[in-house]
Amino acid sequence: MTGMRVLIAAALIALAGPVLAVQPDEMLADPALEARARELSKELRCLVCRNESIDESNADLARDLRILVRERLLAGDGDAEVIAFVTDRYGEYVLLRPQKTGVNLILWGAGPVLLILGAGIGLAHQRRNRLSRETPPEELSTAEAARLRAILQDRDP
Amino acid sequence: MIAELGHFALILAAFVALFQAVVPFIGAARGWTGWMAAAVPAATAQFLLTAGSFAALTHAFVTSDFSLKLVVENSHSLKPMLYKVSGVWGNHEGSMLLWVLILTLFGALCAWFGSDLPPGLKARVLAVQAMIAAAFFAFILFTSNPFLRLARPPMDGQDLNPLLQDPGLAFHPPFLYLGYVGLSLTFSFAVAALIEGRVDAAWGRWVRPWTLVSWMFLTVGIALGSWWAYYELGWGGFWFWDPVENASFMPWLITAALLHCAIVVEKRESLKTWTILLAILAFGFSLIGTFIVRSGVITSVHAFANDPERGVFILAILAVFMGGALTLFAARAGAMTSKGVFGLVSRESALVANNLLLAVACFVVFIGTIWPLVAELLFGRKLTVGAPFFNAAFTPFMIALAVILPVGAVLPWKRGRAGRAAAQLATAAALAEAAGLLAYAVQSGRSALAPAGIALGTWLVLGALRDLWLRTGRGEARLRRLAHLPRADWGKAVAHAGLGVTFIGIAAMTAWQVEDIRVARIGDRFEVAGYGISLDAVEDTRGPNYYTTMATMTVWDGDRPLATLHPEKRVYPVAQMPTTEAAIDNGIWRDFYLVIGDPQQGGGYAVRTYVKPFANWIWAGAIIMALGGLLSLTDRRFRVAAGAPRQRPVRPVAAE
Repeated sequence: MTGMRVLIAAALIALAGPVLAVQPDEMLADPALEARARELSKELRCLVCRNESIDESNADLARDLRILVRERLLAGDGDAEVIAFVTDRYGEYVLLRPQKTGVNLILWGAGPVLLILGAGIGLAHQRRNRLSRETPPEELSTAEAARLRAILQDRDP
Repeated sequence: MIAELGHFALILAAFVALFQAVVPFIGAARGWTGWMAAAVPAATAQFLLTAGSFAALTHAFVTSDFSLKLVVENSHSLKPMLYKVSGVWGNHEGSMLLWVLILTLFGALCAWFGSDLPPGLKARVLAVQAMIAAAFFAFILFTSNPFLRLARPPMDGQDLNPLLQDPGLAFHPPFLYLGYVGLSLTFSFAVAALIEGRVDAAWGRWVRPWTLVSWMFLTVGIALGSWWAYYELGWGGFWFWDPVENASFMPWLITAALLHCAIVVEKRESLKTWTILLAILAFGFSLIGTFIVRSGVITSVHAFANDPERGVFILAILAVFMGGALTLFAARAGAMTSKGVFGLVSRESALVANNLLLAVACFVVFIGTIWPLVAELLFGRKLTVGAPFFNAAFTPFMIALAVILPVGAVLPWKRGRAGRAAAQLATAAALAEAAGLLAYAVQSGRSALAPAGIALGTWLVLGALRDLWLRTGRGEARLRRLAHLPRADWGKAVAHAGLGVTFIGIAAMTAWQVEDIRVARIGDRFEVAGYGISLDAVEDTRGPNYYTTMATMTVWDGDRPLATLHPEKRVYPVAQMPTTEAAIDNGIWRDFYLVIGDPQQGGGYAVRTYVKPFANWIWAGAIIMALGGLLSLTDRRFRVAAGAPRQRPVRPVAAE
């Protein structure tokens, strides 16, 4: 039994990294600041993980970044300043919400543009279909009517 | 020996697939009945051989045959039996084998139950299906052979990734693959129709059940995956916008669109070209999903260990099938003439709007998923597209969809009046608004997310009920007529209501969840969201193939204990991996979600507590949606179409 306990202890020491993302000792005393820190953490990527925010990640680097964010907040930075601070050091790769600049406009604009385009095509198609099939031929103008009558009576107008 | 038999069966199946891809195809072109009919036994043989091969691999896993490389890398003799079996598809090679097993299963099902199909169409569908199968058999045999032996077998295996040792995830891949791969049949139908140059109401009626089946399985598979993420990853998120999740979500969105426009083809013989295009794209997205998961081009939390050679192979399959089908589409789409004409305010128009929103939403997910790759390759910008982007760019389309859905559902075909629909839905709209206001009053000054989501969800649920009630007509005996409505009507209402339930769950949980992170000592009691939580004990024990630190915690409502929970922290020594096992008390109105963390310096443990309102509604809604699909699938017209006597062939008649 003691053997097993030693084994467990050894295994835990050898393997167990920090399992929770945000640790109690990282948290700020001021709940408002802490809430801001959490929101900011959700916007920043853990650089060594695959698609995890630093808020979710268990990696040490994510913890360092979380602490950095909190330090900046304590120093009085606004949200945008914190993001700019981190981006300056780690590049735009760290942002989970891509900047709306340059070619990224394609990314952000794709949905709305496609929707408008699709709606336009749909409407045009629908209109054309209706016009070609459903609307009865237009009434003849008086001149056309007269000419038709003339043709039917086989006589020059 | 059994493994070699499995390998041999797989090779044979590949040859049968080649035969089935060629012979019925020529038969259909030349009108040779015998050659066309050869597709049916070939499809059966292909399925049986693949099933035999799969059984052989399963046998190797169950008996822990460590002379197989795959078993060594993904199994362990101490692993519980359930996970020995699920280990078969918990890796790249085995999951590809499951992929083709399902592919051949769908081919065989079509061969068995498609006796009512015109022989030419059936032969072509099965031939196209066999072409896809042949490509994937080649992929497995040349790049991902699961039956490789080791010259020197080790004493024991390296164990399955502990995150995958979980009941939710054991069944997640089969469901997802049933959905993904089911779309291959829809694709085959679309290609066959293009070759024949004919799409009519009957075609719509044959395609729709298969689309429905795929969509149902995708729904359940995605829900299982999301549910697993919720309880396994340790903080109760349910959707991460991870590339692999997106890979399953894109086909779901497109299939949902396809389902709806196939109705228009079936009932009104309109939107044919668009339906064909969607059928092609739906399978295209499921191939793109396969590519994303297995190539490693776009990294993700749960991609299989991957290598570029496989990625290139899948990309080639994707290019051949999508390129071929789209070329065929471009050449033949002009031949599809629509018959039904409709006004601007009509069921058809509403379904076009549905299709537009779903397709654009799918495209947003697609561009977000591949954008990091595009930006780096073409523009040299190394960037990330994460959850905040998707939440901002994707959600508006879903909101728009939810707003128009109940209106579209009550509009009549051909031409409707907006005023009439508005009058019919006035009560539902008023009640939905009241629900939103109530939610707003209850929460006192937090974000508008929850009230808006709850109003939309209520609108969807009530709109579905109202739709059902409207279907019963006027006057006496409406209740009795309600029971005798076609199952498709019930399915429609149930599925739409399910979407509403999911909306409510997502909005309420996202907006109202309460989180508490602290250090607790044994014997401590603290308050979270008005409930008391006590940490009663923590002990170290061991499970079959792991060590665990297990806490005993109690949730209190005042002095009344509500639940005793055991959150765990496990370490899997063979895989060298720690996992958190959150303990959850599930409830209709809220979940208690407890996580135990590391022991802290100076005593006590890190403890996380969440109270998550309406959490289960998210997955309940998904299950209700799938049930709606099932109801619709059992509708009389499909049963009639499937088992109709041969002397009454379904002719391409207009649905009117």
